[in-house]
Amino acid sequence: MKRRDFLGGMGAVGTAGMLSTPALLASSGRALAQGADIPVGLLFSLTGAVAVVESTLHDAALMAIEEINASGGIHGRQLRPIIEDPASDPATYANRARRLMIRDKCVSVFGSYTSASRQAVLPVTEQRNNLYWYPTLYEGRECSRNVMYGGAVPNQQQDDLIPWAIENFGPRFFMIGNNYVYPKEENNYCKTLLAKYGGEVVNEEYVPLGHSDFSSVINRIRAEKPDVIFATVVGDSDVAFARQYHAAELDPSQMPVVSLTRSEVEVKAIGGEAAAGHFSSAPYFMGHGTPENEKFVEAYKSRYGGDQVTHFVSEAAYFQVYQFKAALEKVDPANITPQTIRDAAVGLTLNAPQGEVLIDENLHTHLWPKIGQWKTDGQAEVLVESKERIAPRPYAAYEGQTCTGEGLVKA
Amino acid sequence: MDVIANQLFAGLSMASILLMIALGLAIIYGAMGVINLAHGEFVMLGAYVTWALQTHVGIGILPALPIVFIAVALVGLIVEKAVVQKLYHRPLDTILATWGIGIILQQLVRLGIGAESRFVKGPEILSGNTEIGPLIMSNYRIFVIFFSIAVLFVTWRLMTRTEFGMKLRAVIQNRDISECYGIESKRIFSITFAYGAGLAGIAGALITPLFSTIPTMGTGLVVDAFLVVIVGGLGSLVGSAVAAALIGEATALFSIVINDTLGRIAVLAGIILLIRFRPRGLFPTETRR
Repeated sequence: MKRRDFLGGMGAVGTAGMLSTPALLASSGRALAQGADIPVGLLFSLTGAVAVVESTLHDAALMAIEEINASGGIHGRQLRPIIEDPASDPATYANRARRLMIRDKCVSVFGSYTSASRQAVLPVTEQRNNLYWYPTLYEGRECSRNVMYGGAVPNQQQDDLIPWAIENFGPRFFMIGNNYVYPKEENNYCKTLLAKYGGEVVNEEYVPLGHSDFSSVINRIRAEKPDVIFATVVGDSDVAFARQYHAAELDPSQMPVVSLTRSEVEVKAIGGEAAAGHFSSAPYFMGHGTPENEKFVEAYKSRYGGDQVTHFVSEAAYFQVYQFKAALEKVDPANITPQTIRDAAVGLTLNAPQGEVLIDENLHTHLWPKIGQWKTDGQAEVLVESKERIAPRPYAAYEGQTCTGEGLVKA
Repeated sequence: MDVIANQLFAGLSMASILLMIALGLAIIYGAMGVINLAHGEFVMLGAYVTWALQTHVGIGILPALPIVFIAVALVGLIVEKAVVQKLYHRPLDTILATWGIGIILQQLVRLGIGAESRFVKGPEILSGNTEIGPLIMSNYRIFVIFFSIAVLFVTWRLMTRTEFGMKLRAVIQNRDISECYGIESKRIFSITFAYGAGLAGIAGALITPLFSTIPTMGTGLVVDAFLVVIVGGLGSLVGSAVAAALIGEATALFSIVINDTLGRIAVLAGIILLIRFRPRGLFPTETRR
């Protein structure tokens, strides 16, 4: 059985490599049979290193699918979730995405947390001309017509944040991030904003992923005495950084950490006491007071346990399924294909837990950035809420390049 | 100048953590020749036992230390009796077996407790800093430094001043002859392995308030521990202590002069050079085998 699956998969890969593009388009362009279930893929790691966060995305997306099914489905048809576990390995993501798109004929796949896994799936979804719904905030600089980006790009997280931080704390920024593409691109955009608003970078430092001893970084912070610590440290590194920062008795009212990556998940591990007083910028916080969010949080807790938290990525994983539903409802039931879903999704608005979001023609999402200050109970108090919905500009740091409905345009 | 003083302290603190982790390994690897790749997982288990005691029983880190030591030593004992004991004559197979045990322990914790990072509170009396002029030292880190020195001393006494230690050294030198003299080498090895595992557990308990507690936390630590043992020289406790201090201080100084990423590379390059010229480490034990 295993061997046959393997051979089948290899055969499909082989053909995909050899055949010319039109033949491929014809096969993936085939519409679903009417009346049957609608297969959708869920491609979140349930095991391996990133499973800690990614399993919460899986939970949120699955909950949305089941809510939709419980309320009668779409055009009377149920969504049939097909769950794959890529085990935190990028190559496996590509494999499983291929399996979902070819064998299971999914019209959309929801998945990924890290940029590495998204980039592994990218060639697959583009080749099959399918749709990949990606919920995470990310570094921008990507403009695929086959990925629906539900998270914030740098301009959405920073446009409000940087002038606010300069005004409230001062112009001297200390940048600390993990050593990979996301922190570098965020810092890159931050520098253009600092130049614009009269801020300066006193130090820019990158530590290896998973780095856990921040004593030298903290000594350097002590010596430099910056006004703001601009942090793009992720996961366990961020937990270790926050705890050691607190243990070193650096005062958040003097030198606050302003993070783009710290969510309720990290704060739970950091401990409310150590996280309190610092800031995060995100489109969503668990305590946000909209009726949609109250419903979301309540459903999530009653389903997965009262001590669970929702955060800015699981919120997007949740609302993206509803965006998919709304798009499907606009599509002719006889002609459900990834392309028709994408075309129907553009311009669509939806009341998400964070507020009313809109899908841009560049397939990114218009969001409501917020700045929250962490409190000892592990929740954030939203101090600043964007007055208007912010449009996504994935190439904001790169002058002359824009991501449009026709793909990337270079001036 | 202030920066350098603070950085020296940071290096010392890193060294003490390295020493705590490496000591158990130095005994298991150095004395018994078992390359124990599950050592990092023993550290992780120690952290989780501390977490469980604190969250479910309400025992703080300091009173929990003896319980953690016994709990993880028991796990070590079971692992030794069940698997490692059968493989003493096949050193390559122990690598594979302990690697597998490590993965099993990691996944058991993940399935049983969950993959998310756990929060362990540091001891209240050790919060805060001690300031001497420009030098700012975290009390908890000072405590870890002294504690690791104490553990080193106790282990050294155990190895050199007790009957058990004498028997262990005899078994290390020549297992067959020792058995002829009535030393039960199996039992000695079991106890040694359990002791090493227990030390790893204590190391895990001590680092939880500083680091994040996750099932994979041991994987990176075991690499550092091996570096210390290899630089220090097989089976040498003093060597491990010196190597830990050297690596800790070098990491701290390189990371302030360059940055953490390049600092790490520089330290590793330094270790390669050192191994090139002193292949048996800084303090090789001169025993005939």
